[in-house]
Amino acid sequence: MAAQIFSAIFVIIIGVGGCVAYFWGANKLLDMTFPSRGVSGTAAVNNLRRQGLVRPWLFVGPALIILTIYLIYPVIATLWLSFLDRGGTSFVGLANYEWALRDEDLRRSILNNLLWLAVVPASCTFLGLIIAVLTDKIWWGTIAKSLIFLPLAISFVGASVIWKFIYEYRGEGQVQIGLLNAIIQHFGGQPQVWISLPFWNNFFLMIILIWIQTGFAMVILSSALRGIPEETLEAAVIDGANPFQIFWKIMVPQIWGTIAVVWTTITILVLKVFDIVLTMTNGQWNSQVLANLMFDWMFRGGGDFGRGATIAIIIMIAVIPIMVWNIRQANKETGGH
Amino acid sequence: MAVATGNSFASRFGIHIAVLVFVAIWTIPTLGILVSSLRDKDQIVASGWWNSFASSSQTEAGRLPPASAQTQKDGKFVLEGNIFGDSAKRNISAFGVKAAAPTEYPASTSADLGDGVTLQVNADGSFVMASPKAFEGDRGQRIYYASSAPPKFTTDNYHTVLFSEGIGRSFMNSLTVTIPATVIPILIAAFAAYALAWMRFPGRALLIAVIIGLLVVPLQMSLIPLLKLYNGVGTFFGVPSKTYLGIWLAHTGFGLPFAIYLLRSYIAGLPREIMESARIDGASDFEIFVKIVLPLSFPVLASFAIFQFLWVWNDLLVAMVFLGTAPDQIVLTAKLNALLGSRGGNWEILTTSAFITIIVPLIVFFSLQRYFVRGLLAGSVKGG
Repeated sequence: MAAQIFSAIFVIIIGVGGCVAYFWGANKLLDMTFPSRGVSGTAAVNNLRRQGLVRPWLFVGPALIILTIYLIYPVIATLWLSFLDRGGTSFVGLANYEWALRDEDLRRSILNNLLWLAVVPASCTFLGLIIAVLTDKIWWGTIAKSLIFLPLAISFVGASVIWKFIYEYRGEGQVQIGLLNAIIQHFGGQPQVWISLPFWNNFFLMIILIWIQTGFAMVILSSALRGIPEETLEAAVIDGANPFQIFWKIMVPQIWGTIAVVWTTITILVLKVFDIVLTMTNGQWNSQVLANLMFDWMFRGGGDFGRGATIAIIIMIAVIPIMVWNIRQANKETGGH
Repeated sequence: MAVATGNSFASRFGIHIAVLVFVAIWTIPTLGILVSSLRDKDQIVASGWWNSFASSSQTEAGRLPPASAQTQKDGKFVLEGNIFGDSAKRNISAFGVKAAAPTEYPASTSADLGDGVTLQVNADGSFVMASPKAFEGDRGQRIYYASSAPPKFTTDNYHTVLFSEGIGRSFMNSLTVTIPATVIPILIAAFAAYALAWMRFPGRALLIAVIIGLLVVPLQMSLIPLLKLYNGVGTFFGVPSKTYLGIWLAHTGFGLPFAIYLLRSYIAGLPREIMESARIDGASDFEIFVKIVLPLSFPVLASFAIFQFLWVWNDLLVAMVFLGTAPDQIVLTAKLNALLGSRGGNWEILTTSAFITIIVPLIVFFSLQRYFVRGLLAGSVKGG
C-alpha cells in the first residue's frame, strides 16, 4: 500500500511536471526556432507570423491527442465493432442489429429506458422548480437548499445502499427495519418486496435518481429565477394576478431556456443510468436498462463486443438530437468570438 | 421576489411546512444509514433505526447446559446458571421452550414442563431447572426468550469494515485513483481553453463544436474500444492491462471535454484590455497565460477540480471496466457493490461502508459548495 501511495504521488509530480515541462519547453523551442527579437524587421515580422501559426497547436496539442484516443477514436471504433462478431474479428454485417430488433431483454431495456425518460427529467425539473420558488420566500431557504442539494455529492452506489435500506423487506408481522415497510405496516398495510415488484420496481429505482438530481435542477432554476426582472413581477401584481398565475404565466415562460437545459442534462444522465440498476436489481424482475445490459454483454461469457457495441450505438442515437441542439445553441451564442 | 409572496399568515405557514417536508424527505434517508452505522449490530435487525433511542426487544433462542452440568440438591437434580453467560446482560421479559410459543411464560415464574420438571428464568437471565430424575443427553434443553436491551451505540462497525472487510484498503485505492485523475487534466485543459478562447487559428470553430459535441457522448461509446486497446497494449508489452495509469488517463480523457468547455467559457469572458495591454508590453501568449490568465482563472479551476474529484470518486462504471477487483485495486464504489452481493443482509456492514464512501464527497461538497455551484451554473446555463 505504501508503494501505491508513493506511486500516486510520483504520478502527480510526473504528470504535472511533465505538463509544465512540455508547455514551457515547446514554447521556448518555438521562440528559438523563429526568433522575433534580435533579428531584422522583416524577419521578425515573418517569424512572429510563423510563431502565430504554430503556437495554438502547441497549446491544444496534448488535449487533442487525449481526446482523440479516449473519445473520438472509440466512437468510430464502436460503430465499426457493431458490425463485427463477438470477438471483434470478422464482419457480420447487420446481424447484431437484427439481433437487437428481436432480443427480448433489449426490448425490455428500451421500454424501461423510455419509462425512465418520461418520469425522471420531468420529476426532477418540476420538484426542483417548486423547491426553488418556495425556498426563495423563507429566511432559512439557503439551509434548506443546501440539504436538498446534498445528495448530488453522493455516489449512485452509496445512494442505492441508502434506499435499499429504506426498501428493506421482512416477512409480514415481523419488525420492519426498512422505513417504507415500517410506515406501511404501521398503517395496517401489507409489507412488500418493493424492488422485485414487476413494473413498479422501476419507479422505486427512479426515486433514487430523482432524489439525487432534484438538487441540481433546483440550484440552476433558482439562479434563473433570481434573474427575472422585478418589474415584470410587480406589473403582474398590480394587474391583480394571483401567485399561481404569476408562477405559470410570468416566471416559467421567462426561464424556459434554463428549464430546457436542465431537462436535457438530466435526460442524458438517464440514458446512461447504470450504477443504480446494477446495484439494486442487476436488471432482474424486468428492471433492465440499456447501459446495464451493455455492461452485461461486455463481460457475459467472455464478452460479446459486437452486441455490446450495438447497444452503445442505440444509446448514442438517442443522444444525437441533444448533441446537435447543443452545438447549434453554442454556435449562436459564441457567434463571432 | 418579495412582491410575488403571498402575504397571508396561512400561506406563509404553508410554505414553511412544505419546505420542511421536502427537507425531511431529502435528509432522512442519509440520516438512516448514519444512525444505523453507529448502532450495535444486533439492535439494527431488532428494531428500526428511528427507534434506536428506545430499548430494543427481540426474541432469541438458546440452549441450557447439557446433563453433565447437573448437581443434586434437596433430592432433586438441578441445572443452574445464566443464559447470557459472561456476555452483556439484557432484560428478559418472557421465555418458553417451544418455537411456536417462545414467550409462553413471564419471567421469574416457574414453568411446569411435565414429569415434574420445572424451569424458572429470571429477568436477569439466571435460570433454575429442576427434575426428580437425573437429566440425560449431551444436548441441553432448547429455550426461547424475549429480551430487551438499552440503546447501544458503538463505533465497532467502523472498526470492522475498515480493517476486516477491506474498506480501509479500498479507501486508499479510491484516493489513489482520484487525486491524479483530478490534477492531471487541469493544466492540459487550461492551455487548450486559452488557445480556443484567445488565439486565432484555422479550425478553431470546428474544434469548439467537436468539444461541445463530445460533452454529451455517452461513456458507453468509449468502453469497448478502450478495453480492447488496453488489452492489446498489455499483451504487446507484457504488462497487466488493468493499471492505475490506465484509469488515470481514462478519467483524464473523459473529463477533458467538460474541463475545456468550462474553462474556455470563463477565460473567454476575461477582459480583453488586460490581454491587449500585456501584449503591447511585449508579453507572449505563453507569458500572458501563465502570468495573467491562470491566476485570474483560479475560481473556475477550483470548480472543475471539485467536479472532477466528485465524479471520479463516485464513479463505478469506469472503475469496473479498467481496474481489477483484487484488494490492491478495488475502489470504494466497486467494493460497496461487491458487499451488496456478499453481505446483502448485514446492514451494519453495508450502512457503515456506505457512510465511509460518502463522507469524503460530503466534506468536499460542504466546504467548497460555493465553487461547486458556480461551476454548475457556468457549465450548464451558458449554452450547454
